[in-house]
Amino acid sequence: MASVKKEMQSLSKEKMVEILEKMLVIRYFEEASIKAYQQKKIAGFLHTYIGQEAVGVGTLAHKLPQDSVVTTYRCHGLALALGMPPRDGMAELFGKVTGCARGKGGSMHFFSKAHNFLGGHGIVGGQFGIGIGAAFKSNYDEDNAVSFIFFGDGATVQGTLHETMNLAALWDLPAIFICEDNQYGMGTANARAIANTDIASKAEAYGMKGYTINGMDLNEVHGRMGEIVKEVRATRRPVLIHMKTYRYTGHSVSDAGLYRSKEEVDAYKLKDPILAISREMVEAKVISEDEFKTLQKKTKASIQEALDFAEESPEPPLEELTQHVYMDDVGNA
Amino acid sequence: MPMIEMREALNQALKEEMTRDEKVFILGEEVAEFNGAYKVTKGLLDHFGPKRVIDTPISESGFTGLAVGAAMMGLRPVVEFMSFNFSLVAIDQIISNAAKMYYMSGGLYNIPMVMRGPNGAGPRVSSQHSHNMESVYAHFPGLRVMAPSTPLDAKGMLKAAIRCNDPVVFLENELAYNLKEEVPEGDYIIPIGKGDIKREGTDVTIIAWSRMMSLAKTAAEELAKEGINVELLDPRTLKPLDMPLIAESVKKTNRVVVVEEGHHFSSLGAQVAESVYSNLFDYLDSPIARVYQSENPMPYAANLEAATLPSVEKIIQAVKQVTYRN
Ligand SMILES: Cc1ncc(C[n+]2csc(CCOP(=O)(O)OP(=O)(O)O)c2C)c(N)n1
Ligand SMILES: [Mg+2]
Repeated sequence: MASVKKEMQSLSKEKMVEILEKMLVIRYFEEASIKAYQQKKIAGFLHTYIGQEAVGVGTLAHKLPQDSVVTTYRCHGLALALGMPPRDGMAELFGKVTGCARGKGGSMHFFSKAHNFLGGHGIVGGQFGIGIGAAFKSNYDEDNAVSFIFFGDGATVQGTLHETMNLAALWDLPAIFICEDNQYGMGTANARAIANTDIASKAEAYGMKGYTINGMDLNEVHGRMGEIVKEVRATRRPVLIHMKTYRYTGHSVSDAGLYRSKEEVDAYKLKDPILAISREMVEAKVISEDEFKTLQKKTKASIQEALDFAEESPEPPLEELTQHVYMDDVGNA
Repeated sequence: MPMIEMREALNQALKEEMTRDEKVFILGEEVAEFNGAYKVTKGLLDHFGPKRVIDTPISESGFTGLAVGAAMMGLRPVVEFMSFNFSLVAIDQIISNAAKMYYMSGGLYNIPMVMRGPNGAGPRVSSQHSHNMESVYAHFPGLRVMAPSTPLDAKGMLKAAIRCNDPVVFLENELAYNLKEEVPEGDYIIPIGKGDIKREGTDVTIIAWSRMMSLAKTAAEELAKEGINVELLDPRTLKPLDMPLIAESVKKTNRVVVVEEGHHFSSLGAQVAESVYSNLFDYLDSPIARVYQSENPMPYAANLEAATLPSVEKIIQAVKQVTYRN
């Protein structure tokens, strides 16, 4: 592999390095969060994005400021891909008031107004409506935005997906439905839950276009999503994307992983998206081996800084308990 | 002041608020071309066009979720449920999303959204079309719940709901849409959380809301003939309750009857009684009496339906109980 694949050739060196760095930030952030969980600094559920980085980073490289993004509880990776400072996310995981949701949301509920990141959501299939609502607003205000709606393969059999694809197609909403198919919903392999596992084919039922993309390949994700986002922005027609990907870690940290073999996981790790793109970039001399090592070091340091920040930050003061239940104070409540 | 029906009062509120703020839009089943299942949205499509008055498919979860997302991005949706029975299909959107969003986002995303439509028992529509949802929605922090009993209140309250920056569940009643009253033209607001004394009295306070207030009015007239002077208190907003007004009234009458259309168990009426006991126990001269729907799904048969629901007679009995006139 002597040159960068054609999809990436149009990118400047800076942009390529930025993409690689974002994938590293996510990987190291998630690894650090698992460790902090084991040290009991983080509690509750913790669903990591390790293995799926190329999907979020390759897709959201095409997000414009007016666009919006919504996803599931597996939300850290997308927030970081959008540019949320790792310290805001880590402090949220630690339940600190300096977190992106003031310590009130936790792992499953990252939000960022600066990026129109409309949240991580804990109910499987609960976020679809929010996503098409943002797309609706874009048409209402004619601001040329698109709405990125991420969801797991497990959510493809929730009624909300089908209701919202119908609405989006019916009303020409610029919604990009992105199924991150990591092949399992918790411990249930797709074939045991989904009657038709060709996810993209479901688009046809609503008169939408459907696309299947190898989500382990940053080049492919970045290149094809670039065209698709452009298309949706112009046509205002919704699309459904089937991203084939894989999660290396358990569903959440409490998952012993008895439903799949070590060989299967190891085989995917050989196709690791970060490994692949970094090798490619070094071979194509976009960056040198040394530059890559420096980048890794720098990124690790930024995650350490985030951990320190989270550790040192205060818990929310008790007054926060009843703040943000309502925005309006109507008295006598 | 013109004499108008409840549906017309609600219509005026919608029209005035949509005129005032172009971020306000309405969506729901049959709200546009059909003019609304109960004609509350009559004429709005012609006036504002299909961009802001939107007929939806029968997808309550989908369009309620859409409204939440639109609200997060700065619009102010008014969702009409053809009836609140069907809000159950969207309840995850209402509770997990609309009610919780502002809090779980640490104050980043508030949801300025109204969900409105008829709530409670319709005429002879049996078990699945007669749910009274007030206690369910009032239970969850993050939602405001309002339930007008008169056209005048309905207009001012709906306008307050639309201007509220938090999600409001606005409960109307099918049997009350044709109630008539003089309603001022133009702008006025009845603030969220403000109740009203519908009849001044000295002997007992009946706390009732929505259609139950109409029954309570009739009961009060009957009781007056027997020399019992009833005070009628309509909290209008069910969450938060106007406790200062309730306190004022209870301190005067020392006796309380709570009338609700919902069931007996885990109900809003039980909450009102608890609030009175906790805060005003020393002012009570008798235990609180409650009137409510019996603990069975709504039957179709006319006699069974009547036996299930609160009635003027049941309210009179409750008043006699707390005034020891039996
Ligand atoms: C409505 C609902 N049912 C069940 C759950 C419990 N649950 C959480 S994640 C999950 C699996 C979802 O799998 P998938 O959609 O493939 O997403 P992934 O976790 O693989 O990213 C389940 C069953 C839930 N959160 N919400
Ligand atoms: Mg999955």
